[in-house]
Amino acid sequence: MIYFDHNATTPLDERVREAMEPYLSRLYGNASNLYRLGRVCRGAVEAAREQVAALVGAEPAEVTFTSGGTESNNLAIKGLAFSMRPGTVAVGATEHPAVSAPAAFLRTMGWRVETLSAGADGDIVAEQLDRFKPGGLSFASVMWANNETGAISDIPKIAGAVRERGGLLHTDAVQAAGKVPVDFHRSGVHLMSLSAHKIFGPKGAGALICDPAVSLVPLLHGGGQERGLRGGTENVPAIVGFGKAAELARSALDERSRHTRQLRERLEQGLAAMPGITLFAEHGARLPNTVQFALHGYDGEMLVMTLDRAGFAVSSGSACGSGVDEPSPVLLAMGVEPAVAKGAVRVSLGPANSGQEVDQFLAALQQFAAQTGAEHWPRAASA
Amino acid sequence: MKLPVYLDYSATTPVDPRVAEKMIPFLTENFGNPASRSHSFGWTAEKAVEEAREEVARLVNADPREIIWTSGATESNNLAIKGAAHFYETKGRHLITLKTEHKAVLDTMRELEAQGFEVTYLDPKPDGLLDFQAFREAFRADTSLVSIMHVNNEIGVIQDIAAIGALCRERGVIFHVDAAQSTGKVAIDLAKLPVDLMSFSAHKTYGPKGIGALYVRRKPRIRLKAMMHGGGHERGLRSGTLATHQIVGMGEAFRIAREEMAAESSRIRALRDRLLAGIADIEEVYINGDLEQRVPHNLNASFNYVEGESLMMAIKDLAVSSGSACTSSSLEPSYVLRALGRSDELAHSSIRFSIGRYTTEADVDFAISLIHKAVERLRDISPLWEMYKDGIDISSVQWAAAAH
Repeated sequence: MIYFDHNATTPLDERVREAMEPYLSRLYGNASNLYRLGRVCRGAVEAAREQVAALVGAEPAEVTFTSGGTESNNLAIKGLAFSMRPGTVAVGATEHPAVSAPAAFLRTMGWRVETLSAGADGDIVAEQLDRFKPGGLSFASVMWANNETGAISDIPKIAGAVRERGGLLHTDAVQAAGKVPVDFHRSGVHLMSLSAHKIFGPKGAGALICDPAVSLVPLLHGGGQERGLRGGTENVPAIVGFGKAAELARSALDERSRHTRQLRERLEQGLAAMPGITLFAEHGARLPNTVQFALHGYDGEMLVMTLDRAGFAVSSGSACGSGVDEPSPVLLAMGVEPAVAKGAVRVSLGPANSGQEVDQFLAALQQFAAQTGAEHWPRAASA
Repeated sequence: MKLPVYLDYSATTPVDPRVAEKMIPFLTENFGNPASRSHSFGWTAEKAVEEAREEVARLVNADPREIIWTSGATESNNLAIKGAAHFYETKGRHLITLKTEHKAVLDTMRELEAQGFEVTYLDPKPDGLLDFQAFREAFRADTSLVSIMHVNNEIGVIQDIAAIGALCRERGVIFHVDAAQSTGKVAIDLAKLPVDLMSFSAHKTYGPKGIGALYVRRKPRIRLKAMMHGGGHERGLRSGTLATHQIVGMGEAFRIAREEMAAESSRIRALRDRLLAGIADIEEVYINGDLEQRVPHNLNASFNYVEGESLMMAIKDLAVSSGSACTSSSLEPSYVLRALGRSDELAHSSIRFSIGRYTTEADVDFAISLIHKAVERLRDISPLWEMYKDGIDISSVQWAAAAH
C-alpha cells in the first residue's frame, strides 16, 4: 500500500517513537507531582515546549499544549470570544470545520460572523478586510495553508490588515507548520494552532501559540495545568513526541519541502498530460506536498475507492468530512462547479514517498481511465 | 528494591506492559486516521477504535454507543457539566455538588457561576461521605444537575451513587458522576445504576495519558451542548482526530481491569491493611475518611505535630503525595481534608498512600519503616511535640507572635 494521504495524518517517525517510549513505560509520572518521577516528566514537557516553540519562532512561554488541532482552534476562537463582548469575527471561506464550526457556534452567542471570500486559487487576500472599519472587527481567523488544496494565504499581510483595524488574528497552521517556513512573531498573528500528528508526531497532542498580551477564557477548567489555560493531566508521552517531531520537522524542513515539491511537479506533469484533468489552486502559492485534482466525469469518492483497491491511499478531501456525499465546501468557495468539485481527489505526499511511487500512481490512473473512460471523455471535454 | 517506591497510583499509573504492547502497532504501522473513509489505513484504525469502545462499555455494562472519547477525565467532566447545564438551561440554572470533588468539577462549577448559574457546594460528613439530609434539602425547583464523584481521589471514600441517583431520578434532575478513580477498583453497572453521565480516565487504570471517555445515557436520552466543534466526530459531541493508539490502550486497560479487578482488589486490600497496621502504632496518627466505605487502594493519614513539607522531604524515597497531584505543587493544605473539618495543622501533615498493581509487600514494609524513622526524627526536633508530651494544650496557648 502506498500512502499518499499525509494531510489526513502521518506515520509516526521512528525517532519520535523512540523518544516517546520511556514515557509510555518507565517514566510514567504525573508532571504535576513534586517528587523525582514527576519532575522528570515536567522537565520533558518543558523541553518539548521549547522544541515546538522553535519550529514556529515563538517563545516557549507562548505555547499551550492541547489534545490536538481541533481543541487548539476551539480554544482560540471560543477563548477569545468569551473574553470580550460579542462583536464581529471574520473567518476565511475555506477554513477547516474545527474553525468554521466554533465560529458558527459564536453566532448563537450574539456574534456577527463574516466570511472572507477565497480567490480562484483558494487563498484569502488581505483586501478582503477592506470592508471593516477601524474598531469594527474583534478578531479574524484565517488558515495559513488549506488542508484540501494546499493553498497558502499571505498571513503576515492579513495580520497587518487585521491589526490596522484594531483586531486580533488567529491562524490555523496545522497543515503549514513543518511543510513551509512559519514564524509566529514575524507573521504578526496573535494566535496559532498546531497539531503533532500532521508532522510525523503522535495523535492526541497539539498546541495553541498565544501572544501573552492576549487574554483567553479556558475551554477545559480544572487542575490549573498550562498556566490555567488548559486543565487536565499532561499527556506526557504525546507531548514529548510532539516536541521531537517538531525538532525533526525544523531541521528537515528544506529537505522535505524540496523532495515533496519534486514529486508534486512530477505528478502534476503526468496529470497535465492526461485528458479531462483539472488541477485545483494550480496557479497560487501552495504547500509543496499537496495536489488536488478532478478527473472529469468521475466521482471522486468512487475514484479513491478504486485507487485504494489498486494500492494507493488517497482521499477526496479532508478526512474529517470524508464519508459525506457532498462536494467539498472548500472547492465550492473557490468557485469550482459542484459537478467538477464532486470529482476531487487529493494526493498529499510525504518525505518517504518516491518518484517511482508517483509513476505507479500515474500509471494506475491512466490504466483505469483507459479501461473505463472511453465513454467519459466526450462528456469530460464538454464539461 | 528500586527507589523511589511508587505509592502514588491515584495520581497516575504506569501503563500495563500488555496495554503498551497493544498500543505500539497503532503508533507505527497502523497509523491511519480513523476518520479516513477512503482507504484501509483509515478502516483499520476505525475498527480498533470501535473494539476499544466495546471494551470500555463492557467494564461498566453500558452500550458502546453511550461512550464518547475525550482527551481525559478533565475534559469529560467539563463536557458533562457544561454540556448538560447549557443544554437544559431553560429547565433551571441551579447545580449541586460536593466540596470534596476534583478541581475539574469544582473549577467547571466556578466557571458556570461566572456565567450566571447558581451552585450549592455541600459539606461532606467528617468521614467524607455525603450527608443525605443536607443533600435532600439542597434540591430546588430549578435544580438541573447534580455532580458527585464515585471514589474520592484523596481519601478514597466511595459515595453511594445508587442512592444519590435515585434521589435525582425522583426529582427529574440529571446526575453526573466523576468515576476517574473508581474504574478497576469498584464494580460499576450502568444498566442498573441511575446515573446519566459518567466520566472515565485511562491513566488512572493502567492505560495511557491523554485519553478518557464520557458515558452519556441513551435511555432516557441525555443531551449535551458540545464543547469542541469541528469535523463532527463522536456524533457531533466531541470533534477532533481520534488518537487511535491511546484509545486502543484505554480499551485494553479496561479489559484487563474487568478481568482482574476481583483478584487485584483482594491482594491490594491485604497490602493496605499491612500498611495501616504498620503505621497505626505511631502516636497521634489520624486516618482521613471512612475506612469501610472506601477503596482498598487508598490510605490517607495525618501525622500530628509533624510539618507536612518536612515529612515529604524526609521520605523522598517514597513517591507519595499530600493531596491530589493537581494541587500538590502548591503549599496550600488539602481542601478535601479541610472540608472534612480537619484543622490546618492536620491537613498540612497528611500523606496520601495509593497502592496499585505493582506494589509489593517489600514496598509496604519499606514505607512503614521509613515513615516510622522520619516521624520520630521530626518530632524529636519539634517544640510543639515536646509541649504536647508535657501535657500542654497547644490550641489554648496564647501566642505572643499573634500580635504581629
